[in-house]
Amino acid sequence: MRGTEARHEAQVAFSNVGMSFGRREVFRSLSCGFPAGKLSVILGGSGSGKSTMLRLMGGLVRPSSGTIRVADTDVTTLSESRLFEVRQKLGMMFQGGALLDALTVFDNLALPLRERADMSEAEIADLVHARLEAVGLADVDDLLPGQLSGGMVKRVAVARATMMQPAILLCDEPFSGLDPISAARIERLLLGINRDHGITVILVSHSVASTLRMADHVLILLPDGPIEGSPTTLASATDPRVRAFLGGEVDETLIGGGEDPVPSGLLS
Amino acid sequence: MIRLVREIGAATVRFVEELGQLGVFAGAIVRSTVSPPVRVRLFVAELFKLGVLSLIIVCVCGLAVGMVLSLQGYNTLVRFGAEESLGAVVGLSLVRELGPVLTALLTTGRAGSATAAEIGTMVATEQLDGLRMMSVDPIDLVVTPKALAMIVVMPLLSALFIVSGLAGGYLVGVEMMGVDSGNYVSSLRASIDFYDDVAGSLLKALVFGMLTGLIATHRGYTCTPNSAGVSAATTSTVVVGSVSILISDYFITALWGV
Repeated sequence: MRGTEARHEAQVAFSNVGMSFGRREVFRSLSCGFPAGKLSVILGGSGSGKSTMLRLMGGLVRPSSGTIRVADTDVTTLSESRLFEVRQKLGMMFQGGALLDALTVFDNLALPLRERADMSEAEIADLVHARLEAVGLADVDDLLPGQLSGGMVKRVAVARATMMQPAILLCDEPFSGLDPISAARIERLLLGINRDHGITVILVSHSVASTLRMADHVLILLPDGPIEGSPTTLASATDPRVRAFLGGEVDETLIGGGEDPVPSGLLS
Repeated sequence: MIRLVREIGAATVRFVEELGQLGVFAGAIVRSTVSPPVRVRLFVAELFKLGVLSLIIVCVCGLAVGMVLSLQGYNTLVRFGAEESLGAVVGLSLVRELGPVLTALLTTGRAGSATAAEIGTMVATEQLDGLRMMSVDPIDLVVTPKALAMIVVMPLLSALFIVSGLAGGYLVGVEMMGVDSGNYVSSLRASIDFYDDVAGSLLKALVFGMLTGLIATHRGYTCTPNSAGVSAATTSTVVVGSVSILISDYFITALWGV
């Protein structure tokens, strides 16, 4: 796919990023980095801001403070038209696929090429079929997204996100709602994209097992700040918060709550 | 008292803010219209969805309105022995007022709400964000073809509504009430002026098309990304669209005498 030069520029860095939705503060001063050419996984509890981090990288939302550098460009201050230039280096797989439901699978994959690349229809068709074959979906090009299963939608979404040969691939919950076989297929697909083509992959996940298996770099978003490292260092960490998160041994002080097994009022 | 003033002030600021956002949104549509690429295929597809699929409702309603207008007009005119002017009454009412206004209200209810719901659903399911991440401008690809199609479709549907209404009026006035067909047609032709009435009527429909297209696409585009947000966008398209059409109708009539 893309050459060495593009791979080296594929790096994302958050610096003192603050982000709020109304009165709810998601990050106060988040600083972290995602190395080029590696597969990074963002872990964290529900509402910890994992998906928001991906949206911030893509410039889909703007932080209230701080800077976010994507491939050496600060995306926090760019106009929408300049953001379109930066996004040409990015591919994004959304949690629900975000495929255009009025278009067939073929047209969904052909869309970025028709819009951004100077290619003939025959070349586009060849590339689309090659991508569909690569994700194991050679016979679905005439179907609408609504006619696909959840796992198929995710694979089509991965295929579409890689159509423009991005330097960085962002994936929001690629394994959620999938059976183990479909999840393993997506996992293998993402590993192949990273290892074989050198594309930087940053994904958000709840799956600790797959994270420890596939990640080069892990970022855990905890209420009192992020913790990052390699799966090996995190797996052997003595920090109770990390052990609780990775081992599922939940510490009440991390999640809040009281002594009642069911909070009063919930079932009354 | 201070609280009341504060609330009025806040509401005014909100209104001006929304008006400003609508202006910026309209500017983006204009920019996307005049800059390449020209999306003829998408535009034609929208013409079909908004126009062709509205034909039956517009024709049936036009026919019914023309029939009622003719019946009411005949019952009034006959008291003064002026039933030969029925064609003029039906024609002027339809061409100057009822044709463009009722067509716009019908189109807002059918096509405007559908447009807002379609764009709103795309927002809620992150389809527009997906386009942005592919460096494709959703205003250019999704919004502009719909808004332009609405502008083009409205005068055409309005013309069709008027023709259906005239036919309905003829049916009741001539065939049922016994008005002389020559009188009906000649009073119609004598009373309607092309520039004052027909061109003015098309101008009204054009303005209503702009309003409906802009409001429907803006409401969908800016809706809260969930099912309640899509529902609210659809409802407010019909409410705000209808009120805007009726208010602007008054001003166009008062200022240009159409």
